[in-house]
Parts: sequence; structure tokens; C-alpha cells
Amino acid sequence: MTEDSRLIPTGSQTVGPFFRIGLEYLIGRTPALDVDAAGRIEIRGRVLDRDGIPVPDAVLEFWAPHLTVSSSGPDQYPAGFRRTATDTHGNFSVAAMRPAAVPLENGRMQAPHMLVLVFARGLLRHLLTRVYFEDEPGNMADAVLQEIPAERRATLIARLENSYQWDVHLQGPNETVFFAW
Amino acid sequence: MIDLRTVETAIPGTQPDFHYPPYLSSIARSPRLPLVLLPETLTEKTGPVFGHGLIRLHDDDLTAQHGGDPIGERIFVHGRVLDEDGRPVRGALVEVWQANASGRYLHKVDIHDAPLDPHFSGAGRMITDDDGRYSFKTIKPGAYPWGNHSNAWRPAHIHFSLFGAGILSRLVTQMYFPGDPLQPLDPIFNSIPDEEARRRMISRLDMDRSEPNYALAYAWDIVLRGRSETPFVEARR
Repeated sequence: MTEDSRLIPTGSQTVGPFFRIGLEYLIGRTPALDVDAAGRIEIRGRVLDRDGIPVPDAVLEFWAPHLTVSSSGPDQYPAGFRRTATDTHGNFSVAAMRPAAVPLENGRMQAPHMLVLVFARGLLRHLLTRVYFEDEPGNMADAVLQEIPAERRATLIARLENSYQWDVHLQGPNETVFFAW
Repeated sequence: MIDLRTVETAIPGTQPDFHYPPYLSSIARSPRLPLVLLPETLTEKTGPVFGHGLIRLHDDDLTAQHGGDPIGERIFVHGRVLDEDGRPVRGALVEVWQANASGRYLHKVDIHDAPLDPHFSGAGRMITDDDGRYSFKTIKPGAYPWGNHSNAWRPAHIHFSLFGAGILSRLVTQMYFPGDPLQPLDPIFNSIPDEEARRRMISRLDMDRSEPNYALAYAWDIVLRGRSETPFVEARR
């Protein structure tokens, strides 16, 4: 096909404040992971606006491709995918299997990470970011992290406390690194 | 620099700006620092696949979910989900939600003084078929006021959420109805600079799919980001 016949993707519009009506069901249908399961991780955090005010109406979707290896059959829930939403205080939490290092095309490895999509009232397009894990030794050599200005890199790295802690700053002095699409 | 192709950015004007002050909620919630180019790695080239096991009875008939007929104008909505090469996106999860005929959402933060309908909750979902087609039956949603500015009203719309071939195809958008005079007044609709791109969010009346003496139909095709890497292996067209 020539470039001329290429269709233009439909425009994005905000998820709005009432997305729970249509999107929350999936959170409830995500297979629960045994709390003691090997490799289970939990990421907790808050979504905050320019002024540090919690965002109570945000949806976050986490994606890590390697995890789907363990899912089988067309009716399985995709294991590498998680959807969560913030509560009235802007808090979210998500449990997932720890992602593995995934290859880059040039033979190097990427540090374990998840791609994160952020939707909220006020966001006309969703935001694209990544979360890494601070106890992963591969972070220092990760090609994507290395390209990010050093002073902003920490915004993509979840701190390890009882669970992983990772806040998303939509705007402001600690604004999270978001990727272009 | 990483010697990998980076995630493609949208054609200027065809997507909203993140920061669009006429939509007040965007002012403090949209990034202001430069967005960073992301290499397209395995993470970006893959995405979740949802099976038919997710779909339950009446998920594609929003008028049949609560034991009685909802109030309002019954309509059919259908269309195709395509990639940038015009190929059908098969097996794509389509999630929809909307206000009822009075312009009221079944949601605790909706304080609009319009009646709820005990027979309508306004949520549906379906999976596209081999031609990328989706369809559902619902009630035409009403317009409703919101607090963005004085006497602000949203044009009638249905929210759509779609998953395509990869996570980068993900799209959340809104389908509008033809001939709605509120569209030119709506900052969310107008957040897309390009007039043609705005127009493509408006469904068309489809008399061929309307059922006489029963319900009108609206058709709306959706194009997701992404294209087939192997253009000539399309088997079923």
C-alpha cells in the first residue's frame, strides 16, 4: 500500500469522570495472584496533579509482554496485562508477576519494566510511561533509562519498601517522564 | 542514541494536545515537560489479547441488561475497527459506556439532576469479528451539563475503549452523533485541531441497518494506530 492510502487513526478523547461504568468490571475479573506466590510483586502509589492534589479518577494499565507466555488458550485473561483505577485519595495498587528482562533487537537486554498507560479526566490523550524496579541491577545499563536526563530518571523507578512504591506526577516539578506517541 | 526505531508520533492536528486550556481539567493534569521518544521494543510491539470468555450475555445489548425496557430512543450502533492500512482488526476488545436518555450516568460523582433509569446502566463490551466488525444495541444518550464553563453542555456521545494488535494501538475516544449543534461548542470535541479528524468522530445515520418500526442505526468506523508489517499476506479479503 502506498503512503497515500494510509488511514489516519481516530482521535483520542478523554476517558472522562465516569469511566468506572465501562472499565471497572475488568479489574474485578483479573485472576488473583496468591499473596505468597513466587515472583508476585505489588506496586502501590498515587496519581498527582501539578499542585500535588491526588487524582481520584485515573485509570492505569500495566503491560509486560513476556508474561503472556504462561497464559494459554483464547479465553485466558492476558497474564501480562493489569488495569487498576485510583481511589478517592488518588491511591492505586496493582499486583502482578515480576517482569523478566526482555531483549532489545540489537542483542542487548532491557531491565525488567512494565509499560504503563495513564487515562484520567483532564487527559485528552492517554499518557505512556514505564515503571522499573529499584532493586534490579540491570537498570544502570537499560537503554531506555540511559536516554532519559539523569535528574528525571528516578520518576520511572519504583522504590522497594514493603511493596514497590511509585507515584505518577502528571505535571509539576517532579513530573513523570512520559513518552511521545 | 539507541539504534532502534522510535514510537511513531501522530500526524499533527489529528490528535488533541495534552494541554488544552479550554478544557479546564487539562490545565493541571497534562504534562508540560517535553515528551521523550521511546524505542519500539518487544514491550511496545506486543499487547494483551482478550478472548470471548470475557463477554457475557447481553454485553452487546444495553437495553436488555436489567429486566425491562429502558426509557429513550432505541438505536443500533455498528462499525468496523481497522488498522492504518485499512485491514480489519480482528478479535479486538471494544468497551463502551454512556449516559442514559436523560443525560445521566449511573455513577456516584454524577450530580446532574436528571433521572436515573432502573433499566439502564450504560455499559457494554464486545469482540470484533473476522471483518473487524462490532455492533451493539443501546439507547441514544442525552446531552448533559458540566462545570467546564458557564452553561457548558456535552454533546451526546458514547465512550469507546479499544485494544488493537499491540499496546500502542490502544485508544479511548468518544463517538458523536450527526447533526448535533452542541459539537462546535464543546471543548473536548474541539480539542482535535483538524476539522476532518473531528468529523471522523461523528457517526453516520445508517438507514440500511435501521429496522423499520423499531430502531435507527448509526455506523462508525474506528482506525487504530499500527499497520501490518507484511502487507501482502492478508488471507481473507
